[in-house]
Amino acid sequence: MRLRIIVIRIAVFYLAGIVLVLLTACGQVWNNPYPASDVGKNILYNVFTERPKHLDPVQSYSANEIQFTAQIYQPPLQYHYLKRPFTLIPYTAAEMPVITYYDHDDYPLPSDVEVDDIAYTQYEITIRPGVYYQPHPAFATNEHNEWLYHQLDDKALATIYKLSDFPETGSRELKAQDYAYQIKRLAHPKLHSPIYGLMADYIMGLRDYAGVLRSAQSSQQGKEHFLNLNEYPLEGVDIVDDYTYRIKINGKYPQFIYWLAMPFFAPIPWEADVFYSQKSLIEKNITLDWYPVGTGPYMLTENNPNLRMVLEKNPNFFGEFYPEEGMPADYENGLLVDAGKPIPFIDKIVYSREREGIPRWNKFLQGYYDASGIGSDSFDQAVQLVGQGETTVTEAMARQGIRLETTVAVSTFYIGFNMLDPVVGGGRTEESRNAARKLRQAISIAVDYEEFISIFANGRGLPAHGPIAPGVPGHRYGEAGMNPVVYNWVNDGPQRKSIAVARYLLAEAGYPNGIDKKTGAPLVLYFDVTARSIEDRSMLDWMRKQFQKLNIQLVVRSTDYNRFQDKIRKGNAQIFEWGWHADYPDPENFLFLLYGPQRKVGNSSGSASNNAANYDNPEYDQLFEQMKDMDSGPARQEIIDRMVEILRYDAPWLWGYHPKEYGLYHEWYQNVKPNRISNNNVKYYRIDADLREQRRREWNKPVLWPIVVGLIVVIVILVPGISAYRRYESTMGIKNLKSRTS
Amino acid sequence: MLSYIIRRILYAVPILVGVNLLTFTLFFVVNTPDDMARMQLGIKYVTPEAIEKWKIERGYDKPLLFNPKLNGIDQLTHTIFFEKSIAMFAFDFGKSDEGRDIGYEIKSRMLPSFAIALPVFILGLFSYITFALIMVFFRTTYIDFWGVVLCVALMSISSLFYIIGGQFLVSKLWHLVPISGFATGLDATRFLILPVIIGVISSAGANTRWYRTIFLEEMEKEYVRTARAKGLSEHLVLFKHVLKNAMIPILTGAVVIMPLLFLGSLIVESFFGIPGLGSYTIDAINSQDFAVVRAMVFLGSVLYIVGLILTDISYTLVDPRIRFN
Repeated sequence: MRLRIIVIRIAVFYLAGIVLVLLTACGQVWNNPYPASDVGKNILYNVFTERPKHLDPVQSYSANEIQFTAQIYQPPLQYHYLKRPFTLIPYTAAEMPVITYYDHDDYPLPSDVEVDDIAYTQYEITIRPGVYYQPHPAFATNEHNEWLYHQLDDKALATIYKLSDFPETGSRELKAQDYAYQIKRLAHPKLHSPIYGLMADYIMGLRDYAGVLRSAQSSQQGKEHFLNLNEYPLEGVDIVDDYTYRIKINGKYPQFIYWLAMPFFAPIPWEADVFYSQKSLIEKNITLDWYPVGTGPYMLTENNPNLRMVLEKNPNFFGEFYPEEGMPADYENGLLVDAGKPIPFIDKIVYSREREGIPRWNKFLQGYYDASGIGSDSFDQAVQLVGQGETTVTEAMARQGIRLETTVAVSTFYIGFNMLDPVVGGGRTEESRNAARKLRQAISIAVDYEEFISIFANGRGLPAHGPIAPGVPGHRYGEAGMNPVVYNWVNDGPQRKSIAVARYLLAEAGYPNGIDKKTGAPLVLYFDVTARSIEDRSMLDWMRKQFQKLNIQLVVRSTDYNRFQDKIRKGNAQIFEWGWHADYPDPENFLFLLYGPQRKVGNSSGSASNNAANYDNPEYDQLFEQMKDMDSGPARQEIIDRMVEILRYDAPWLWGYHPKEYGLYHEWYQNVKPNRISNNNVKYYRIDADLREQRRREWNKPVLWPIVVGLIVVIVILVPGISAYRRYESTMGIKNLKSRTS
Repeated sequence: MLSYIIRRILYAVPILVGVNLLTFTLFFVVNTPDDMARMQLGIKYVTPEAIEKWKIERGYDKPLLFNPKLNGIDQLTHTIFFEKSIAMFAFDFGKSDEGRDIGYEIKSRMLPSFAIALPVFILGLFSYITFALIMVFFRTTYIDFWGVVLCVALMSISSLFYIIGGQFLVSKLWHLVPISGFATGLDATRFLILPVIIGVISSAGANTRWYRTIFLEEMEKEYVRTARAKGLSEHLVLFKHVLKNAMIPILTGAVVIMPLLFLGSLIVESFFGIPGLGSYTIDAINSQDFAVVRAMVFLGSVLYIVGLILTDISYTLVDPRIRFN
């Protein structure tokens, strides 16, 4: 009895203590994953799922890397944030590059000269004076102007584990030679730039330059890691003065200007290269690939890609303002409220690593992430259809002040036919090629992409009528943009042709009702896909059913991504799925995917090849060569129209769909105009940190009753449990005795 | 004892070579060096020249296991397998395909993994043994019966369910702790509470039943009858005699996994955003980073062997009858 009283007293004491703690904690948020010191600060909370592999602008390419590098580095050009179609404007450049064509004798040519007469094109770029690098130890000097950290010894490095451990930093003005330095780095033997192969075809002397650097490196093998690129001139790059440089391109390549808006062409100071080339720093994982150094609005202050990446405002960045003009809808959407104000607005961006969708989504709903994509699991919870294909957020989302922003990506997901395959591509004779074309056309009609988008993409996509994505010059809208092979124009909209038309084409192709007229065997086609999860089985079943409409048996061949790529490279696939996301908003970046010399099989040029269908049409190739060197305008559009017409007729792809991207944003997140072409958009965003704090408190009040109930349950179990134990133990001896004697 | 340990360490060498060979073979059955290069360089504009350059720089331009162009021992040593494996035996893991020092990464990620695994291990061991002893104490009563039912129920639920359910209830509905994330120092506690509780509960069913079985087996032995005959109370019999004598099977299960605590948990780290070694391994597999995969498999094998040796040593401590000489 006495023990029970003691236990009860202790329990009551602890219960009272816990209740007291809970009461004092009322009004505070317990589940905030960020430090208490950050509450109410002007910080943007973002999320990333895949860790970036490279942050060196010469190597980084994928979207998860560019979301960081684009905020840190400043190429000479950028895209206008609000204008559509996408428009290039100067970034560090004082004005748009001056483009001059030259003949083989280095004489300048007029701008309307024939392409064949152009030996090379010169881009002269003048940068703004007064642009400074972020504070960085590579620039730190002592009172005698000597570099502090360019020759570090073990003693100096003893306390250095990360970049912020260097006590001194410095900065300097951006110079034209920094841009030249970076262009030379594209050919650096120790770096693996993904665009080196492409640029070596265009930037004069870049291919030879790689050889020069290789020999230079081998001659200094074992001496030092630093290869001073300033000592090795590159034919295609001239430095005119501190603020002007020139890039020379073989022939004419109008799309080159888009590359000047990518981090590949951002400046790298030679000081950073010297600093990061020190072996002792490399051994400590302190490299340019890990700690970028740029002139952009933000600088990377924490790089822990397994947990979080932090960008903070570059104190040396100034002189850029929010755009003062945009599209008419931008005024209505409040996107020009901050027109003319200095940017960036946000002080710090915290990117947290979230691998799983469930915690990511829940933290967004709790207000701990400012924006979120929409996974298929949460689609119905987030978005509802409001007729005519329009979508909006659900009432629950609207109550939380969450809004939906959509954009059509400059991407395309398609199904390709291997044109080297005798069945779907045709053989050597005209007759067999015609038959194969009719087969492809029939399949193009049968596979109902409107249904696919509705079922498998939650309506997030636009059926494609050709390879060029909407928003890209050359894409036609309305009836002019309809694919007449697959659709009819009915009631002001495209309507997919009936399956009877497809069956007729199939019969014309030599397969009446899906039976091979020559052999009498049913037509069997093979669909190569990358290994699928169990959830995708329904999609593959749906695809089989689409072919079944024509009585064609579709056999799905699923392999891992490596083997799949191998099949495509060797031309062993028959029908395959693939996609493309444009690098820049020019039709050339889509149409080259079907350019004959770019075909995967039989490409001995040594260049990259992206024509996975191995499509080869001399007329199309000739038009492509003509189009790619032309400036945008009606003449170019006419050629593009013809090219698209050829493609639609030949149907080397099922054109598939252009995905629509949906993003959810909290009410405190302003100035958002999503797109996938310009990546340096964070500087335009604005956050109302006070409103966010208020909402977080409202949405995340701790629910304390489960703790109290839990304690009561424990006590309720414990007290009788102890008495049962005492009773049980006192009878144990008797029980044991009885069991033994019986 | 020393000679026994040395012998065991020497036995470990062929095991590690075998594990290494197996990992190597399995990895390169799925991925070729060309695939690895493409994964690192991106597939959009990659040229055959760039792939070749990448392979030469990373040492993937040689044959995998046998070099027919050379003679003698060079046929085996001038191969990817030999060159990539030999340094690991000196615990020099080299650089990942991204160019980061693997040893440094492992050191920095071990701690977060350990921060979850250690409390789960200690709390788990303590609670499983306690509950098992309580069930044994109340054996053949309704408490024991419902305890076993509860254990079976707990065993039948997937660990993923505990994680998702725990996050839903504790973090999403009740707002008591952050759903995911990590911090250093004391601030880490609030991120660790939920994964630790879930870690303990998710293994409770199987472990409690396992310990209960061990204790019940001991309860039937004669020394227990003797202890009772001496007039010892039941809890003294259980805690002082049965628990001590059940230590060998407990140690077999517990000590062997102690070194592996550093390697972390793949699912828990992924869902709770813990920057540990479990997620490091997953990332490496996804990015086809053979250097990291190989290092982690090697480290796992070494730690497992260390765990087995420690288990053997611990036997001598708990059972004076066991001597290795």
